[in-house]
Amino acid sequence: MIKSRWMLFLFVLFSAGAIAAGAHAEVIGAPQPWEWYFRTAATPVQEDLIWFHDLIFWVEVVIVLFVMALMIYIVVKFNAKANPTPSTRTHNTFLEVIWTVLPVLILVVIAVPSLRLLFFMDKAKNPEMTLKITSHQWYWSYQYVDNGGFGFDSNLIPEADLKPGQLRLLDVDNRVVLPADTEIRLLMTSEDVIHNWAVQSFGVRLDTVPGRINETWMKVPAAKIGTYYGQCSELCGVNHAYMPIAVDIVSKQDFQRWVEQAKTKFASADDAAPMKVVQAETQSSIDAR
Amino acid sequence: MADTHAHAHHDHGDHGEHAHHPTGWRRWLYSTNHKDIGTLYLVLAIIASFVGVGFSMMMRLELAEPGLQFIHDQHFYNVILTAHGLIMVFFVVMPALIGGFGNWFIPLMIGCPDMAFPRMNNISFWLTAAGLILVALSTVVGGGAGTGWTVYPPLSNHTFHPGMSVDFAILSLHLAGAGSILGAINFITTIVNMRAPGMTFHRMPLFIWAMFITAFLLLLALPVLAGALTMLLTDRNFHTAFFEPSGGGDPIFWQHLFWFFGHPEVYIMIIPAFGIISQVVSTFSKKPVFGYLGMAYAMASIGVVGFVVWAHHMFTVGFNVETRAYFIIATMVIAVPTGIKIFSWLATMWGGSIEFKTPMLYAFGFIFLFVVGGVTGVTLSNAPVDMAFHDTYFVIAHFHYVLSIAAMFAIFTGMYYWLPKMCGKMYNEKLGQWQFWITFVGVNILFFPQHFLGMAGMPRRIADYPDAFAGWNMVSSSGAVVSLVGALLFFYILWDTLRNGAKAPANPWGIGATTLEWSVDSPAPFHTHEILPEIKAEPAGHH
Repeated sequence: MIKSRWMLFLFVLFSAGAIAAGAHAEVIGAPQPWEWYFRTAATPVQEDLIWFHDLIFWVEVVIVLFVMALMIYIVVKFNAKANPTPSTRTHNTFLEVIWTVLPVLILVVIAVPSLRLLFFMDKAKNPEMTLKITSHQWYWSYQYVDNGGFGFDSNLIPEADLKPGQLRLLDVDNRVVLPADTEIRLLMTSEDVIHNWAVQSFGVRLDTVPGRINETWMKVPAAKIGTYYGQCSELCGVNHAYMPIAVDIVSKQDFQRWVEQAKTKFASADDAAPMKVVQAETQSSIDAR
Repeated sequence: MADTHAHAHHDHGDHGEHAHHPTGWRRWLYSTNHKDIGTLYLVLAIIASFVGVGFSMMMRLELAEPGLQFIHDQHFYNVILTAHGLIMVFFVVMPALIGGFGNWFIPLMIGCPDMAFPRMNNISFWLTAAGLILVALSTVVGGGAGTGWTVYPPLSNHTFHPGMSVDFAILSLHLAGAGSILGAINFITTIVNMRAPGMTFHRMPLFIWAMFITAFLLLLALPVLAGALTMLLTDRNFHTAFFEPSGGGDPIFWQHLFWFFGHPEVYIMIIPAFGIISQVVSTFSKKPVFGYLGMAYAMASIGVVGFVVWAHHMFTVGFNVETRAYFIIATMVIAVPTGIKIFSWLATMWGGSIEFKTPMLYAFGFIFLFVVGGVTGVTLSNAPVDMAFHDTYFVIAHFHYVLSIAAMFAIFTGMYYWLPKMCGKMYNEKLGQWQFWITFVGVNILFFPQHFLGMAGMPRRIADYPDAFAGWNMVSSSGAVVSLVGALLFFYILWDTLRNGAKAPANPWGIGATTLEWSVDSPAPFHTHEILPEIKAEPAGHH
């Protein structure tokens, strides 16, 4: 008894310390105020996606600046005051060929990595586990088909019930828990209208369509263990803004422990209480949020 | 067209102003005159823009801060975003650019007295007007259509939208679509058959080329939309299952049909804009268009390729990877003719003697903003990157740069450029330039931060958002207020021109304005080109 109280004390101390030290570092997949660029990538797909985006982005910046420079030059040199007599030149075959061929070459430079990434991100090569995602108006349900087949619903925590540190419109009652360092196949479908399961940090954004099963994949390295958020990204009716996605990436061992708990917890599907993870460190980090 | 016969404008003195036409409401309701019908289309676009812009202001004010400000019913938010999209596309941009400027200036610029089928022209307009009334009703009957302008089933089917609202929206698009198809037939027939003697296809002004290509896009794309809408209508009302998985249908089938129409639709809105910009750039640079043939065929190839790229709107629906690869390549191809247009405009201005009057400022602004919106289009054409951006504010920013900003800028360009010809009075140049700068600054503050929101993953079509998105949303909403000031100032300028404007000469723009509409009086008399002008030389700019 006494021992457990000490444990509790230590635990509270640790939590407070974690908050003081900026426990939000743990939440690496949530939007930040005034964010104007991609968040840190959590998956190899998103890493490549950001790299590829930057390639196109800088090509485009050069093009826009080039056009802008030409326009400024035109304003300065060819306004009616500076140049009272207009030229009559209407053709220059060389120029016309250049501005046709050069864009083609630029597009080829973009297309090659684009297609490579497209095929890379399409499907898991050697999936180690599968998560089935089903959308409903207006919540997600998840099924762990390779871990005993249990499943649960994931609902938004209403604003009135938010605990300190929980994010409005992003935190859910039952988070998806997935292991790090594991190639995970995601299968998605919908029970009613089209929704979209999107988590920006994973580079995953896929429609859930009734009558179809869509497939994609993700793999988060152990170095990026943490919590990631996303939102439904296809207009699905009145509560489209109120069906967020929250994913806890944990270590493989933690995941196994969580699975054992979850199997009993979600044996009866109507249980909607928040998940608890026994492992002290994970527990503390979750509470610290 | 410097060498056209100038006698065209002497031939209507007797009966131009006093032509026997009905007066009062009959003149407008029964109108078969291309100028009156063009005016009707412009008035319709202005009325619709009050509603469409009003809805967008409501959305921006709601989104100014996280939490719900004044739209407490999320469904109502969905209804206004749907109506905003439908109204701006079908009842503001299309009627203004195609119905308005097309009707007014196709006959004037090709040198013929009127459209080929004047009475059909009348029904085209009134079908569109009826469509506007139906779309307005769709926001109030049966709870309102909260489906987005894309009307994706299953959300738009009977289960999820049981009221009559979606049926009203469908019938609205049917009517507006029928009006546009008839208009397109009229435009094609007129341009093919009624060009003034000597005006070969390769001597047509680029605005006419633009309208000609647009008319073909309308003619080929809208029947597909009509078919899809009819299927949705029978799904909703007669229990067919075209888009219903439980009956063997597929909701993705709708998306293919919709975007087979929807992608050409974006070119239907922007190619007329290309035409206007070409005329204005050439006029105010006092130079013929650079690379005339390249410009014309660039538009034609954009039109053709525009029909085979539709599924880039559907990169996340989960079709197979090879198909996505094809749509990436096909979509990127469009950047090439678009680049030709941009560079040809710059080359037209190069060496020119440019007067930066309001229409030219707007054309200049158009070119820059279209480049900005165009390059983000290249970003989005890459399916892998689209995984990060689909249905986020990045997409909103992209298509508002090319449609909301660029298409609206082209409408402003055309209004300032042709207002003297349409009403015979000059606008206030100083106010016009102020209006340009206010609008230019406003729309950029409004839409540029939305790129950042998209990067951070903020989904579109939500009335409330996680608190972290607050900053840029506030910036964006303040930009909306600035843009609104610009829009209101435009309406004031319009009113001021009609009331106090100085009398406009036949050609207020000087030696650069060489197309035929400047050879007739301002305002253009009720009947023009009763004696056909003869085109003797190559059009300016083409050798």
